[in-house]
Amino acid sequence: MPASADFDAAELQTIIAAHQSLEGPLLPLLHAIQDNFGHIPTGAHAPICEALNITRAELHGVISFYHDFREAPAGRHVLKICRAEACQSVGGSELAEGLLSKLGLDWHGTTPNGAVTIEPVYCLGLCACAPAAMVDDRVVGRVDAARLDTLLAEAGA
Amino acid sequence: MKIYVPMDSAAKALGAEDVVNALRAAAPEAEIIRTGTRGMIWLEPLVEVDIDGVRHGFGMAEPHDAAAILDGTSAKALGPVEELDWMKRQTRLTFARVGVIDPLSLDDYESHGGLKGLRVALDLSAQQIVDEVKTSGLRGRGGAGFPTGIKWQTVHDAEAPQKYIVCNADEGDSGTFADRMVMEGDPFTLIEGMAIAGLGVGATKGYVYLRSEYPDAIAVMTRAVELARAAGVLGNDVLCSGRAFDMEIRKGAGAYVCGEETSLLNSLEGKRGVVRAKPPLPALEGFLGRPTVVNNVISLATVPVIFEKGGKHYADFGLGRSRGTVTLQIAGNVARGGLFETAFGISLGEVVNDLGGGTASGRPVKAVQVGGPLGAYMPVSKFDTPLGYEEFDQAGGLIGHAGLTVFDDRTDMLGMARFAMEFCAVESCGKCTPCRIGAVRGVETLDRIAEGDAAALPLLTDLCETMTDGSLCALGGFTPFPVMSAVTHFPDDFARQKEAAE
Repeated sequence: MPASADFDAAELQTIIAAHQSLEGPLLPLLHAIQDNFGHIPTGAHAPICEALNITRAELHGVISFYHDFREAPAGRHVLKICRAEACQSVGGSELAEGLLSKLGLDWHGTTPNGAVTIEPVYCLGLCACAPAAMVDDRVVGRVDAARLDTLLAEAGA
Repeated sequence: MKIYVPMDSAAKALGAEDVVNALRAAAPEAEIIRTGTRGMIWLEPLVEVDIDGVRHGFGMAEPHDAAAILDGTSAKALGPVEELDWMKRQTRLTFARVGVIDPLSLDDYESHGGLKGLRVALDLSAQQIVDEVKTSGLRGRGGAGFPTGIKWQTVHDAEAPQKYIVCNADEGDSGTFADRMVMEGDPFTLIEGMAIAGLGVGATKGYVYLRSEYPDAIAVMTRAVELARAAGVLGNDVLCSGRAFDMEIRKGAGAYVCGEETSLLNSLEGKRGVVRAKPPLPALEGFLGRPTVVNNVISLATVPVIFEKGGKHYADFGLGRSRGTVTLQIAGNVARGGLFETAFGISLGEVVNDLGGGTASGRPVKAVQVGGPLGAYMPVSKFDTPLGYEEFDQAGGLIGHAGLTVFDDRTDMLGMARFAMEFCAVESCGKCTPCRIGAVRGVETLDRIAEGDAAALPLLTDLCETMTDGSLCALGGFTPFPVMSAVTHFPDDFARQKEAAE
């Protein structure tokens, strides 16, 4: 399979052109690529390096450093569950462990039907209404097992 | 009829959007104004109804309460919001407008004192601006507590063709949400503060490095910058002064260590968020090697009120060398969680028991972690410690960004210490050995202690000393705070495990 099969090369060039003149363009560029294609396709590496005059090693270093960037697409929805201290103080760990074992997944796993990927997150700033979770960009506070079930059902898991 | 409902993400997380929809359906003619949150998170969604010019609150509103709220018969009525004990006891300087105004209305902002500080600053020389900040005694609210005026002076004195203002909005510490609240509830105050900083040090360009975990804050800040630019607050001619300042919102990518200023600068430049050795200071060689002010959101958002009311006015609040107000974030297992802005000097116990009302679970408090994941676990015996930079230092802790996370008596402190090491291992940038390797060894050593290996405890102490002394930044350097404070104050949790194993 050609590397360019999972993205539109012309669209990639448009995105690159829109970001190239920024000071420190790489992170905004990678975010834009991921927003468009759902991940950073391997085939996009060479055009990015060419445009920004960086090596493939440098690019790989950046992509792999940050938790946000994906080298493969996630499920249709991403459920992030906070693992940080404030959520732990009100049972967040037990809640997350319960969910993962019920789904038979580990962190970063995706449900077999491809609907939901479960990701850990370290703080959503909802520490006074913990435990907290986020489905795509929608925040949810005071989450309990029943609420998680509802969120998963809504996401089609 | 005017109704106010917060659009702060904590209110949204507790169902504010459903409440708004129910209110719209029940009263299509009412004007519903979205605001930030007042900070009483336990009451969210907090609906406020304007009755004869006074805003009356209805706490923990649910969609089915809409009709009763509108006809004034709701049992959830709290009376005038400004008269509530939580509000009356505060000194709101940085957060004066948060929860009050429509965050994206520049008119609302100006009619509540906004842009006054910037107008004052435009009539001052750069040196006078820096001096006013020094007079205020403002210290970096991100955690380090470095005097803001001194940092600005260094950048002011540096000569370079381009200087920058970088706002550190990578609020990754658990138990903290003040940055998020101000960005979602009063974004123009941050913009104004950055513009004043630009005038003071001679920088014409600013960046807000905002964490990707805050999509609502990113949306509000991005829109606010567009509005400010369209209104001439930002751009080549700030408020028709002929002076230039503009700024961009940049999204982080989920790396906790990027809250460290040098790693943030690398990330902003498009590199791995690896910590830089200091010197050179970012004030001299920061973003793209240029002199750069890197300040926390709260520090910069406090600048406008300092210029509006005077540095002296701000400095009149506080305790010892901690001047002005501290924005306490009360979080975790607590009955009344939220944000409380007050003068430095309030005791830890008063915050947890009096303001916070003890634990949410109703069980005794066991520990309070102050200052985020790198802060010490304070036992109840230290509850008389006053909130101040030096006072907390003497008590073996740090106030950091002033987040307090409360834990009840069921908490396993060995587990919390292990989590601190695990978190450090996950988030270490990898540049220095004590942090990169030390955190992994820390997890292993704590597992040995949990299995009853008595010889492992001195090893942990030794490891923590190495991490404290040898790490490049606060991630590796401060992870021993939660670990060793747990060991010191809760020895039973580390010994009990041993007995269980035997």
